[in-house]
Amino acid sequence: MMWLAVRQALGAWLFSRHNNGKAQRISLSTSRKEMIQRMYDVAIVGGGICGCSLLYELSKYNLKAVLIEKENDVAIGTTKANSAIVHAGYDPENGTAMAKYNVEGNRMIKQLCEQLDVPYKQIGSLVVALSEDQLETLKVLKQRGDKNGVPDLKLLNHEETLVLEPNLNPEVKGALLAPTAGIISPWELAIALAETAVKNGAEVLLRSEVAEIQKENGVFHVSTGDKTIQSRFVVNAAGVLADKVSSLAEKVSSFTISPSKGEYYLLDKNQGNIVSHVIFQCPTELGKGVLVSPTVHGNLIVGPNAEKGEAGHTGTTADGLDYVRKLSVLSVPGISFRDSIRNFAGLRANSNQDDFIVGESKIQKGFFQIAGIKSPGLTAAPAIAADMVRMLEDAGLELNPKDYFVNTRKVYRFKHMDAAEREQIIVQNPLYGRIVCRCETVTEGEIVDALHRPLPPVSVDGVKRRCGCGMGRCQGGFCGPRVQEIIARELGLPMEQIPLDRDGMNIITGTTKQ
Amino acid sequence: MKNYDVIVIGGGPAGLAAAIAAYENGAKDILIIERNHEAGGILNQCIHNGFGLHYFKEELTGPEYAGRFIDMLRENTKAEVMTNTMVLEIGPDKTVYAVNSENGYMQLRAKAIVLAMGCRERTRGAIAIPGDRPAGIFTAGTAQLYVNIHGYMVGRRVLILGSGDIGLIMARRMTLEGAKVLGCVELMPYSNGLNRNIVQCLNDYDIPLYLSHTITDIQGDKRVEKVTVSKVDENRKPIKGTEIVFDCDTILLSVGLIPENELSRSAGLTIDKRTNGLVVFENMETSAPGIFACGNVVHVHDLVDFVTAESLKAGKSAALYAKQEKEVPSDIIEVANGPGVTYTVPQRLRTERVEKFAELFFRVNNVYKGVNIVISSGGETLAAFKREHLAPGEMEKIVFPKQLFDKVKDKTVTVSVVKE
Repeated sequence: MMWLAVRQALGAWLFSRHNNGKAQRISLSTSRKEMIQRMYDVAIVGGGICGCSLLYELSKYNLKAVLIEKENDVAIGTTKANSAIVHAGYDPENGTAMAKYNVEGNRMIKQLCEQLDVPYKQIGSLVVALSEDQLETLKVLKQRGDKNGVPDLKLLNHEETLVLEPNLNPEVKGALLAPTAGIISPWELAIALAETAVKNGAEVLLRSEVAEIQKENGVFHVSTGDKTIQSRFVVNAAGVLADKVSSLAEKVSSFTISPSKGEYYLLDKNQGNIVSHVIFQCPTELGKGVLVSPTVHGNLIVGPNAEKGEAGHTGTTADGLDYVRKLSVLSVPGISFRDSIRNFAGLRANSNQDDFIVGESKIQKGFFQIAGIKSPGLTAAPAIAADMVRMLEDAGLELNPKDYFVNTRKVYRFKHMDAAEREQIIVQNPLYGRIVCRCETVTEGEIVDALHRPLPPVSVDGVKRRCGCGMGRCQGGFCGPRVQEIIARELGLPMEQIPLDRDGMNIITGTTKQ
Repeated sequence: MKNYDVIVIGGGPAGLAAAIAAYENGAKDILIIERNHEAGGILNQCIHNGFGLHYFKEELTGPEYAGRFIDMLRENTKAEVMTNTMVLEIGPDKTVYAVNSENGYMQLRAKAIVLAMGCRERTRGAIAIPGDRPAGIFTAGTAQLYVNIHGYMVGRRVLILGSGDIGLIMARRMTLEGAKVLGCVELMPYSNGLNRNIVQCLNDYDIPLYLSHTITDIQGDKRVEKVTVSKVDENRKPIKGTEIVFDCDTILLSVGLIPENELSRSAGLTIDKRTNGLVVFENMETSAPGIFACGNVVHVHDLVDFVTAESLKAGKSAALYAKQEKEVPSDIIEVANGPGVTYTVPQRLRTERVEKFAELFFRVNNVYKGVNIVISSGGETLAAFKREHLAPGEMEKIVFPKQLFDKVKDKTVTVSVVKE
């Protein structure tokens, strides 16, 4: 009965909102002023996959947690520009934090994705050997993986490999099969974690770049220019800027980050079936090789190279893209790069230490690091977050589980519905009958829904990351202006103020006839 | 499930003409399904003139041209137009799955289907332009929508990549709206646009055309700031040391159009790799009996007048098919492209269905002067047509008389450019 009442109330609210079609602003539960005066138990700096995972873990307990992000959305840095692979865990050296978190994270991420309705597919991976020497490398990887606790690793010979993947280079000598590897939508996972954390009472402070971290009387004062947040603990999950953030608290950072940049091709869905596993190349003296993999959205991803990078610079280069093309066809010769729909580059937060840096600062008590999270950071993030919570507890954070914790989330994706579900949802909300993105079959209903969830997007790409509109072959050419209109309408803002992605990335410069 | 004689997918110029012709040829229940909120297609945003010179023998704007067909449809036919409606799938037995807000999820059945979904623009990602990814990079058509339909400016200092017609039209439009267009950059040694557009949109406004050049880098954190343009060699590879840097905030891309055939692919229809469009017979029938196609979904046209002519043919054929008249068995001649020709449409001719002659449309791969277009078969010339000037940007047509069909060997004819 209770549930029914809630549903009816919700339905009426949704209806009224959609019905009047008028602009309404979302009022976040916490106003800015209130925030300044509030005291937090944990402040997380950085809204990437690590920060969002930690916020979610912390939101299970009766405590005050806040995530501070400099951009207008979470998942806007490395989290949105990587290979989107859930690694099995044979790569990291035995005994490292990387190995431990990778294997644990691999198990956790599967369940998280189910609970939070995040696209994930356990398709398995193959490391392919293209020479007899490389077969030896595969054996080393298998041994390492077995020791790391990676389940079901298997060495395949030439024939077995080609049976699994007929489009591989016919000269392939063999492969290492890792059935627990998978593909995922990394940004959707980060957004789902942050959204759900907010539902559970955690807070997210966007457009807030941390400028200062001071400790007074055992309390951190984190300043973001116009406001100061007080917190007992601070966790640095600032990705490629983690050394900068660390230096604010440690004075001289105990590590440095030297990002590397990886460039990618994303190909049309007509290439998405050329392979059915994640295809890695064997690492050689020339480099780690490039991967070829279906994406969880049905496209094909090819990349990356690895060049020296710089925070804030994610441009692609002709040479880098050339390299990716040339190397990838060594393992999968038939890729049609004519069907490219997008190129991008992402940064990896490589530190001057070999392993992930996860734990309390030795210089500043109460200041914790989740830093140097290069590959397999995405896979490791949930495990790192869970471990970080234990570390915070050891440092004195009281963990009283909430009586009521929301650990599920449902996203309506029209594309994946059957006929009956489609009929039903359009009757309930006619906006689901209006296709906005024709390439990816995304409806206005889904976009409006995303704009009214906790942590609503404010940009065209923010909507794209949540709904998939504009991710297809026309790259938002048709739906971009329409999405911009819907955001403007729903958020009650003028069109000019809706950016492509980060604040300041203005799409339009004014009106005509001026 | 509602039944129709003919369902036309797409309410642009192709779909409108096909529906009118279908009605004129006896189809009764006709439905046009249009994904936009109104019929007319891309013509609605083409507010410049130059349309209709062939078909109406007068110069119209895009909305006027579309408007005339919408009026004809309303006044002369009983065709139904369903707007804001998207076709999701074409199933077996010509079942059309479509969706909109009013009717929900629909299953419709037709005796014949006409595909008229048009085309989409190639994007930056399709041609892999390296550099940063700031705001300010638009396909020309998207910019045209913002400016002409919504009344928004997309930038102030503009560089155009590609000399396709939309790019040229947008060079003039942006200039007229007060923006500074710094140049139009074309990879090929010749423009892909119509000559009249080069003259009226670039030359008249002193906008330089950089032939054999391309964009090799884009810089900008939030908005485009600088664009590097380099000269290319005969293999279209950038030449080091030839870089020109433009200070601009906007790039418009006019780098090609791709027939939008995802629906056709899902229905299992045969696609021609040369056109990216559907393979069609002489009557615009696709590889599936009873499914016809016309307009840019078959091949990208330069002039809407030619789209109309082709679509009238497709609409008529669909109506005849819907009447379920008995089909005459026929031999099939394949039309192949020889040297100098990039594609031909139609790709297949059923000899018994051709009345007096077959019209063959094609494009050439380079600029030619004083050449012959030759139809040959088995190494023998069947017909030759003299042409003073040929360019890739201009679609050509020849007429293949039925009386020559007897001379065809191995059921194949080849269309080639032969220098005199």
